Amino acid sequence: MKKLLLALTTSAAVLGFAAAASAQDKTKICFIYVGSKTDGGWTQAHDIGRQALQAEFGDKIETPFLENVPEGPDAERAIERMARSGCAMVFTTSFGFMDATIKVAEKFPDVKFEHATGFKTAPNVATYNSRFYEGRYIQGQIAAKMSQKGVAGYIASFPIPEVVMGINAFVHGAQSVNPDFKVKVIWANTWFDPGKEADAAKALIDQGVDILTQHTDTTAPMQVAAERGIKAFGQASDMIKAGPETQLTAIVDTWGNYYIKRTKQLMDGTWKSEQIWDGLKDGILTMAPYTNMPDDVKKMAEETEAKIKSGELHPYTGPIKKQDGSEWLKEGETADDQTLLGMNFYIAGVDDKLPQ
Amino acid sequence: MRIELEKRPRPSTFYAVLSPFIALALTVIVGGIMFWMLGKDPLGALYSFFVEPLLDVWSLHEIAIKAAPLILIGVGLSVCYRSNNWNIGAEGQFIMGAIAGSIVPVVFHDWHSPLVLPLMLIFGMIGGALYAGIPAFLKANMNTNEILSSLMLVYIAQLFLDWIVRGPWRSPEGYNFPVTRNFAPEAVLPEILASGRTNLGFVFAIVAALLIWFMMRYTLKGFEITVLGQSERAGRFAGFSSRRMIWFSMLLSGALAGLAGIAEVSGNINKLQPIISPGYGFTAIIVAFLGRLNPIGVIVAGLVLALTYVGGEAVQLTLSVSDKVTRVFQGLLLFFVLSCDTLILYRIRIVLSGRTAAMAQGGAE
Repeated sequence: MKKLLLALTTSAAVLGFAAAASAQDKTKICFIYVGSKTDGGWTQAHDIGRQALQAEFGDKIETPFLENVPEGPDAERAIERMARSGCAMVFTTSFGFMDATIKVAEKFPDVKFEHATGFKTAPNVATYNSRFYEGRYIQGQIAAKMSQKGVAGYIASFPIPEVVMGINAFVHGAQSVNPDFKVKVIWANTWFDPGKEADAAKALIDQGVDILTQHTDTTAPMQVAAERGIKAFGQASDMIKAGPETQLTAIVDTWGNYYIKRTKQLMDGTWKSEQIWDGLKDGILTMAPYTNMPDDVKKMAEETEAKIKSGELHPYTGPIKKQDGSEWLKEGETADDQTLLGMNFYIAGVDDKLPQ
Repeated sequence: MRIELEKRPRPSTFYAVLSPFIALALTVIVGGIMFWMLGKDPLGALYSFFVEPLLDVWSLHEIAIKAAPLILIGVGLSVCYRSNNWNIGAEGQFIMGAIAGSIVPVVFHDWHSPLVLPLMLIFGMIGGALYAGIPAFLKANMNTNEILSSLMLVYIAQLFLDWIVRGPWRSPEGYNFPVTRNFAPEAVLPEILASGRTNLGFVFAIVAALLIWFMMRYTLKGFEITVLGQSERAGRFAGFSSRRMIWFSMLLSGALAGLAGIAEVSGNINKLQPIISPGYGFTAIIVAFLGRLNPIGVIVAGLVLALTYVGGEAVQLTLSVSDKVTRVFQGLLLFFVLSCDTLILYRIRIVLSGRTAAMAQGGAE
């Protein structure tokens, strides 16, 4: 038995070394996921990005990943494991990995780290995020055109700046078409829970909204909207399959473009630590095809998208009042990134009290 | 026909010792077949799982870190379960201990003193013990089922933590993200070795396990726990109070879970956030049973379970399999260990009694 065990371990060790040797000449670009890579939402979008990266570089790179990594001490271990296994760059794809990423990065100055949606950087740690609010603004405009009642329902996840920023952008976009437009919000307190999200959708529809949008990851709200015969917007992925007659458009996270860009920079030696906040023009997010709407609405949406891409339109352009009636942005003034990233107030037109 | 488990009159000590190894061998064989069916190299997988993590100083540290809360909670639970009190809510006591212990570094963050850390640990234990005191009170005074009440309190603790980090304790420097401010250096459990990040939490775990082992083995209290656990009536004749035992065992296991909570938050996370435990309080139940409710066994079981987590990650990375595969593998291990243990204490009997057969037939007609 002992001999057998010895034989087993040595042969395994040899195999292990062989695998390690063949991997030497490939650049390792590694990924840490908070969820399952087939979650249909946030993590899946990152995994599709990883696959796009792999396809772009083919044999030149390897893209190992760890999924379902809890935010906490496990994250630090997982990230350190990546750094130890010879990764040249590690993408940590959840806000909760921030401190762990910074800690590990201190120990591995030669490895580059990219942390999604965070705000702490280091010489070898960059942050990246997507200007989802640009897509929300377009959705708001479409909602205002399509809604009969002038009220949309918004299924929100957690009251963090990212989500509040999305709600405000949606409202502001809608009000640029219909100044009286209102939005009702339900906080589902989850990113991923089909049951809760469906309940929230039903509750909103019962309260009389006739357009639904969501900042949660499953297709459950889209399915409820389809059953009740109202229109809705998809989130993170193109959800057209869940509502062929229902989806107006969706904000699709196309991280792959960003991953390809940064990997190229790494290989050229031009990578540097930055706080990157890319938008529609950079291709980090894209709008799913505008469907189930009249041609004039579609035309408006496409024009707005083009204007945002060209820089002609900043979705957060004044005048904008806060919910309490005080002035936030003057006529023609645009919001700066710092304010947006720390946004903890509603603008006028949101029919909800922000949880504090 | 039915299948019965019948208690063996004299379980074999030889097989009792051998049982974990048989279980391991079975896991290796079935797990190997599973990896082979997935088209992965089974030897490489098993190597990454069981051997590789033991060869690296770094991963030994990681195993110790992962095992510390499991052992700390597990030994407390072993006392509880021995005394026939079923505290299922260690996860909640872990969280409440973490919150109570964090009062010092979060609310009084301007107070810098060497007393910060000891106070945190004490508060953590008190927090966990008080929270376990709720089901203890309900059971001792109203005969409420502690399995249900302690389990339900877990959800309350989780939501309370969620509320407190989004609300009153939210960091002013955190862009409104749901985290508290980071703990100051004097509020962080120190690392014990230069070679890795194992912290004092692991020492607490080992010391707690040894102390409880001593108590169970050499003190009257230990005898009281065993007697009351096996037969409350016999315990009463010996003058032991099962009511006081409810309080003792629940408060003890709660305090240890609370200590695990604050040690984890202080040593590894350095702040509070909505989720601070990947289910340590529940996994520790498995650890307690895997260690056969013996404190020394709990140490071993905690380390083995930690190894499967760390090894599971290694397999994910080297073979690029889903983490579900490693969970299945963990499940296999637990299944074989528990079923081997069961078969040592019991034997399977297939009952072919005429009466039941006739009844079954009657039912069919």
